[in-house]
Amino acid sequence: MSEQTSVETGSGSGVKADGRVPAIELRNITKTFGEVIANQDISLNVYRGEILSVLGENGSGKTTLMNMISGIYYPDSGEILIDGEEVLIRSPKDAFRYKIGMIHQHFKLIDVFTATENIVLGLNDGRYDLPAYEVRVKEICDRYGFVLDPKKKVYDMSVSEKQTVEIIKVLFRGADILILDEPTAVLTPQETDRLFNVLRRMREDGKAIIIITHKLHEVLSLSDRVSVLCKGRYIGTVITAETNEQKLTEMMVGEKVDLNIHRSDPPKDSVPRLVVNNLVCKNEDGIEVLKNISFTAMSGEILGIAGIAGSGQRELLESIAGLEKLESGEITYNNPATGAAEDLRNKSPRQIRELGVRLSFVPEDRLGMGLVGNMDIIDNMMLRSYRGGRGLFLNRTDPASLAEKIINDLGVVTPGAKTPVRRLSGGNVQKVLVGREIASAPTVLMVAYPVRGLDINSSFTIYNLLNEQKEKGVSVIFVGEDLDVLIELCDRILVLSSGQISGIVDPRVQPEGITLKEQIGLLMTKKVSGTEETPAGSEESSSAEGKEAAND
Amino acid sequence: MIFQFIRRAVMQGVPLLYGSTGEIITEKSGHLNLGIPGIMYMGAIGGVIGGFFFEQSGANFDLWYIRVLAVLIALFCSLLASCLMGLLYCFLTVSLRANQNVTGLALTTFGVGAGNFFGGSLIKISHADVPTVTLTKTSSCFSAHLKFVDKLAASADAGKCPKILADICSVLFSYSFLAYFSIVIALVAAHVLMKTRTGLTLRAVGENPATADAAGINVNRYKYIATCLGSMIAGLGGLYYIMDYASGVWSSDGFGDRGWLSVALVIFSLWRPNLAIIGSFLFGGLYIVHNYIPDLSMQAQELFKMSPYVMTLLVLIFVSIKEKKEALPPAHLGQNYFREER
Repeated sequence: MSEQTSVETGSGSGVKADGRVPAIELRNITKTFGEVIANQDISLNVYRGEILSVLGENGSGKTTLMNMISGIYYPDSGEILIDGEEVLIRSPKDAFRYKIGMIHQHFKLIDVFTATENIVLGLNDGRYDLPAYEVRVKEICDRYGFVLDPKKKVYDMSVSEKQTVEIIKVLFRGADILILDEPTAVLTPQETDRLFNVLRRMREDGKAIIIITHKLHEVLSLSDRVSVLCKGRYIGTVITAETNEQKLTEMMVGEKVDLNIHRSDPPKDSVPRLVVNNLVCKNEDGIEVLKNISFTAMSGEILGIAGIAGSGQRELLESIAGLEKLESGEITYNNPATGAAEDLRNKSPRQIRELGVRLSFVPEDRLGMGLVGNMDIIDNMMLRSYRGGRGLFLNRTDPASLAEKIINDLGVVTPGAKTPVRRLSGGNVQKVLVGREIASAPTVLMVAYPVRGLDINSSFTIYNLLNEQKEKGVSVIFVGEDLDVLIELCDRILVLSSGQISGIVDPRVQPEGITLKEQIGLLMTKKVSGTEETPAGSEESSSAEGKEAAND
Repeated sequence: MIFQFIRRAVMQGVPLLYGSTGEIITEKSGHLNLGIPGIMYMGAIGGVIGGFFFEQSGANFDLWYIRVLAVLIALFCSLLASCLMGLLYCFLTVSLRANQNVTGLALTTFGVGAGNFFGGSLIKISHADVPTVTLTKTSSCFSAHLKFVDKLAASADAGKCPKILADICSVLFSYSFLAYFSIVIALVAAHVLMKTRTGLTLRAVGENPATADAAGINVNRYKYIATCLGSMIAGLGGLYYIMDYASGVWSSDGFGDRGWLSVALVIFSLWRPNLAIIGSFLFGGLYIVHNYIPDLSMQAQELFKMSPYVMTLLVLIFVSIKEKKEALPPAHLGQNYFREER
């Protein structure tokens, strides 16, 4: 490990020793929104044939900075140079002209259009000849190794296919400086690997690539250099090969942080809290999305659930919460208050909730379930307590104090408890959602993707919250995407594959021959014996994803 | 009689076809313009005003170019009136960000009221005994059709040619130019929407204006142009109704609920102008079929008049069961777009 890490700070000349000029260079860029300084004095550069990571926590100004390159915002001061010449980028059109293409975090696609129609939308290059466009899209796919049917409608696509469309959209316009804003936030590990291979191929093709992320291991595996931002300020740029996770985190957060999840052993008096036996569940099309699921969730442990997106995670949690109709099977809840074994099958979702079984599911769009975007934090608290008021009037005092407590305890960044939830950033929305469920003193806490899109500090806040609950004796069921986290956080990991349990792994035990992560990865795509031919999947895309992943 | 029924059904359908083609173009831009009945009404009264003053000027309608001029003047006035209505709608919803539903309904009330006001004024100017404006001369120019159909009918009556041939020719070729024009416009609209870059862009604006905006498309311009164009096309429906179907006789509230039928037809035809062609004739037929069934009571007649709406409901139910995304309305229909809003 090299002790001497070269950190270049300040503006720097930008010209490399071998005389190459950067594809794009920012010098002393400053941008303010009213009183708030989003970016202050930021300088960085990217060369052709290079991948630069821009690393920073949520709200550190990464996206603002990239929006200035892509013409959505205009900097207050500072200059942008392309191939050594100063340019003005006033609109997205200007950015196109300088061959800058940005892939936003939120896809801007039209559902009822095909991939190709989306790609050529807004383009004006003479005759409108769809078949010819489709051929060109195919060519780009083949060149960089994308897998995409140009005629496929967007509403039939998986998240990663949609992202592919977005990337091809900018390549189609001839972009050679690509900016990707948190491209992996919504991808499975396999999809992420595939994306990275494509990006590496683009690098070989001489494109300059900027990738915004806060996942450190991605930074380390993909990029050539890393520029770190913290609270709108430029901290420095390091060469990836000369740094490590710990150092980057320190640069990013500005202080030493503990990157370990402290996992305590489950208590000796751990009892079965929730017993699921032979659960079968069908979706609307009559396909079995859950097949013979049996497991026991113990009190005082975190049970992890791993699996490719759409392998039945959602249905499993919803069945327990009483939101999904069961085909057959039993769910028994051992009530700690009475000691009685209660059958959850014939209870309403409300009764199940009152028993202390709580579900917090963070969907891909973060707001879809659980919170109402237009309502403020207090009102969202009341969604769980509106029956508590006496008589005609609602009790607003308790939810208000609960909202204040969550804001303070979890460090939710908001102008106040009365701000509509949709105005909060993604991380803060999730804190509100998880915080509300935890505040109700659950006995079973089910969380799905609670750290989706969160930065490292917020993620650890959530992990610590879960650990706290576990130590209080709560049975925590954690559906996660990041296998590293699952391995470090959970006491047992249940692996789902196409709606079936393909294995239960003890993360404390290292398997022989392969790493634990590889073992789980294999289980995720394993075909369980006795499965019929029809692939299960809650979404149409999931079965296709499963197959692709299996081929990897 | 069946041929006569078809012929009347088509003539009933033409105003609906104009109305729904116009509304489809408008809705594809994301504008739910419920002002269509008012706009069609204004299109009618615009043409009436133009025709009225041209007739009053004492022009000699025996001359062919005067007849052409009469048509052009009425057309121009009609298009102008409905275009102004469309502009008003856009100004309120795009520039002033008013609610689309409220604006549309207000325009319907306004259009009918203003139409009746101008119509009443014309009646007063003409010192007529009856509460109608009659434009026989202008109407005769509008309802001009191919002569050979009449000749054929006459010779069929005289037994010189088969009756069936005359009837078929009558069903196919006996309409005025505005009727054929409505089909041409619907076909052109269908082609432009699905096969051209302009159509792609327009659909994108209605589906997801934020995406269109990010792709460098001027969303507001598309909304303005599509809505005004749609209004002008819809206004032609009103003009056709007065000048051809009603033989140039304008009376207060004479247009009936054809405006709402047009809006229903948009849903019925799943936002596809080419389907609207068939739909309009079907609706037209259903609308008048009670006249062709003997011994119908008053109640039963009203039930028949209701049938187009029932069919629209059935289509709505069927489509929502099928869940086919292409058959759904534009995703952002009825929602205004402001760039700054998250």
